[in-house]
Amino acid sequence: MTAMNWLAVYPEIFLLVMACLIAVLDLFVTDPKRGTTYWMTLITLVVVAAMHLYFFDQGATYYAMNHMVVSDPMGHLLAAFAALATLITLVYARPYAESRDILKGELFTLSLLSLLGISVMVSGNNFLVLYLGLELMSLSLYALVALRRDNAVATEAAMKYFVLGALASGFLLYGMSMLYGATGSLELGEVYKAINTGDINRQVLTFGVVFLVSGLAFKLGAVPFHMWLPDVYHGAPTAATLLIAGAPKIAAFGMVIRLLVEGLLGVALDWQQMLVVLSVCSLVVGNLAAIAQNNLKRMLAYSTIGQMGFMLLGLAAGVVPSNTISGANAYSSAMFYMLTYVLTTLGTFGLIMVLSREGFEADEIKDLAGLNQRSPLMAAVMAAFMFSLAGIPPTVGFYAKLAVLQALLSTQVEAHLWLAGLAVVMSLIGAFYYLRVVKTMYFDAAADAKPLVAPKGASAVLTLNGAAVVVLGLLPGGLMAMCVQAIVKTLAT
Amino acid sequence: MAYLSLSIWLPIVFGLLLLATGNDRHPQQARWIALIGAIVSFLVTLPLIGQFDVASAAMQFQENLTWIERFNVRYHLGVDGISVWFVLLTAFITVIVVIAGWEVITERVYQYMGAFLILSGLMIGVFCAVDGLLFYVFFEATLIPMYIIIGIWGGPRRVYAAFKFFLYTLAGSLLMLLALIFLYVKSGGSFNILDWQKLPLPATPQTLLFFAFLAAFAVKVPMWPVHTWLPDAHVEAPTGGSVVLAAIMLKLGCYGFLRFSLPITPDAAHAWAPLMITLSLVAVIYIGLVALVQNDMKKLVAYSSIAHMGFVTLGFFIFSELGIAGGIVQMISHGFVSGAMFLCIGVLYDRVHSREIASYGGVANTMPKFAGFAVLFAMANAGLPGTAGFIGEWMVILGAVGFNFWIGLLAATALIMGAAYTLWMVKRVYFGDIANDDVRELQDINAREFLMLAVLAVAVLAMGLYPKPFTDVMQASVTELIRHVGVSKL
Repeated sequence: MTAMNWLAVYPEIFLLVMACLIAVLDLFVTDPKRGTTYWMTLITLVVVAAMHLYFFDQGATYYAMNHMVVSDPMGHLLAAFAALATLITLVYARPYAESRDILKGELFTLSLLSLLGISVMVSGNNFLVLYLGLELMSLSLYALVALRRDNAVATEAAMKYFVLGALASGFLLYGMSMLYGATGSLELGEVYKAINTGDINRQVLTFGVVFLVSGLAFKLGAVPFHMWLPDVYHGAPTAATLLIAGAPKIAAFGMVIRLLVEGLLGVALDWQQMLVVLSVCSLVVGNLAAIAQNNLKRMLAYSTIGQMGFMLLGLAAGVVPSNTISGANAYSSAMFYMLTYVLTTLGTFGLIMVLSREGFEADEIKDLAGLNQRSPLMAAVMAAFMFSLAGIPPTVGFYAKLAVLQALLSTQVEAHLWLAGLAVVMSLIGAFYYLRVVKTMYFDAAADAKPLVAPKGASAVLTLNGAAVVVLGLLPGGLMAMCVQAIVKTLAT
Repeated sequence: MAYLSLSIWLPIVFGLLLLATGNDRHPQQARWIALIGAIVSFLVTLPLIGQFDVASAAMQFQENLTWIERFNVRYHLGVDGISVWFVLLTAFITVIVVIAGWEVITERVYQYMGAFLILSGLMIGVFCAVDGLLFYVFFEATLIPMYIIIGIWGGPRRVYAAFKFFLYTLAGSLLMLLALIFLYVKSGGSFNILDWQKLPLPATPQTLLFFAFLAAFAVKVPMWPVHTWLPDAHVEAPTGGSVVLAAIMLKLGCYGFLRFSLPITPDAAHAWAPLMITLSLVAVIYIGLVALVQNDMKKLVAYSSIAHMGFVTLGFFIFSELGIAGGIVQMISHGFVSGAMFLCIGVLYDRVHSREIASYGGVANTMPKFAGFAVLFAMANAGLPGTAGFIGEWMVILGAVGFNFWIGLLAATALIMGAAYTLWMVKRVYFGDIANDDVRELQDINAREFLMLAVLAVAVLAMGLYPKPFTDVMQASVTELIRHVGVSKL
């Protein structure tokens, strides 16, 4: 096998070519609906997802570009889901973006470029490559948030996102430089070996890990690095919000696994402590603050914080001193949690876009009042999302919570029992504000009882999205097995 | 034939069909689909009793398929003598509920009927699940349709009641979820309830598990002092909702004690039995007194349900065959009787739109046929010999006296209390002179109402006069349970 091994990065190459092509082509499109470039973007995303799934199915692990990137099942699975998430986002976003005059080439190109960044992030095998992927994704997203440049709230959100995001990137880069200093290598495998030999400066190493975890926590939106999240979710045009809330979370998760698990498993006990603190804070702050929100987007932002806290519990249970169970159980639970969370989030913001009209954002909770009278189907779909986020069976959110709790308890560490108890109490509090949305849709009377006229394509996909949440709730085995397979293969190398 | 799967999924399929095809323009069509669905779903449960082997204490009609491979969760169904009658009871009550809502519900009929059918399938699932996680999924999923039912078709404070119902129950069940996962880990990766029952457990985990289960089931039963959601939910729910709540949903909690608490943590159950008996007696006596002073008929019956459930838990925790069998019989009879009581209140409410006892008086003069049924059900609620209400209470009191005379004596006061609050209400509502013009203009029950009350009256009398089919079926399973609980797992 040659050192370059182009095969491993075929999807990324294709993505880059198409992104450039669409950017150029869009200059010649005069149609305000952007039919040609819109469909080209969707087809690109479908092809990219299919390629990743094909590689995932092959199940092989190999390195390319002189060990700069790795092609393994986990990377491909995450990238495939990120591509699908971007695809679904763009379907939801089309009518919304059109009525706000942001359905332009920039939207397509920047979405594709951010996906490219995500692909690089989940398959990087080198600190610098990971960082470059992160920056590519982040810069595209900053621009996407600012896409409505004459809207003051959106511009403010973009500014906030950029300043804090740059700070977080700085943290991450600083942490990476420390690790490089301590281990003498930028490559994850080498770092892993260097730590295991033990002949390194622990102080520098731990210092680096702290910065690294801080940077990652920012990207995930864990407390106390969450300040940007509600404002950006609220301020950004909902299409951009969903581009931030969907695929990038998968990327952040991929990066956590690459950096912390593949590179720094030797100091797992150190970073697990940090994750536990982040997780507890996120669970408490996220769930309590969400209760006070009247704006649906802000509520979902705080709910994201709480959900990330729950997911982090899974990551924090991987390595236990007295217990030799492999971390595969824990990490695959967290992965399942992340993927299903993104699936549900896509739907919630998708619904906001479907309900919004020209000059009207349906982003207050009271805007959902009486939705069951206006459109029973959309109300049922949204109810499925809410019950899933609250973790009520038979929706997929329940199995995600079950998997994480199971990972926690199976370590047989007493502290984990208390963590599980806290997580459970916080889910109960969470159930309150999710139920409030259901209550608004079903029990309150609509201010305007006219049947909802929803865009056809978006509402069809939304229905499928809702069905997926329930069907995966009835038969979660397949996706769980995929997550386990991906994590096991990754840990084996 | 996979009778259990059919019993679970047929109503759910019909319910989904209603939700998918229904709309507000054709309510009549929705009613008929719902009725056909409910009757067919009831018919498929009949072979469960017909082909039930009364000599066996094992799970029967088992179905066992892989469901979630990663956690070794199985789609494992089965019924034994304890659970089989509840499958039939649930399907039966669903038919009654559909008939009861026929003319009363005029808004979003298809959603109302659909929710009840789905709820019915889910509750049957709870009684059939042999896999712990499957049990939990059904147990929790029942919250969703009930929440919607109370919230959409309920009374003025429906939103408050719906939230209270949901959050109270969820709080308990989440602790149970931790307990289930704990058992899964301890048993080396099994969610099978039968495996858990054989699993040896030290004292501390048993106590923790016992209280985790207690949190879930005590809320559902409901036991004093976590009962406060029930009067709210009952009062605000539409008639059908109250019927299902009282007749079936409360039994999910009692059933949980028999399936989880007693057999999985027998030593803790013995150790904490004094606490359970005390709580049960408080429910029987104190809640009985509370029922006495209610002005609202639905609230009165709601408190009476709590008192009756106190009897059930009392029977379970004296660990005698009479007590446990009596508790189960009481659960079944309470299903008929409390359902019928709520239907009677519904009949009055539909006409006068008041649940206050003070709004009525002398109803027997204008509604003689109805008053006949109402008095019969009230007598059954008070535990009159010859009606279903008597058998279970009698067995539990006998068991309690055998266990400890004073406990038996205290339990027996419940009969007096039950007679007091029920008969006093009957006197004020049905007898005496006609109290006001509303009562004067009352129309007696129509054929539909006559049918649903008559069916229940037959059930109440049949069970009261000839309870043998009920007790025979549960005999073997109860004996086995007693034997199992008697063996320490330490």
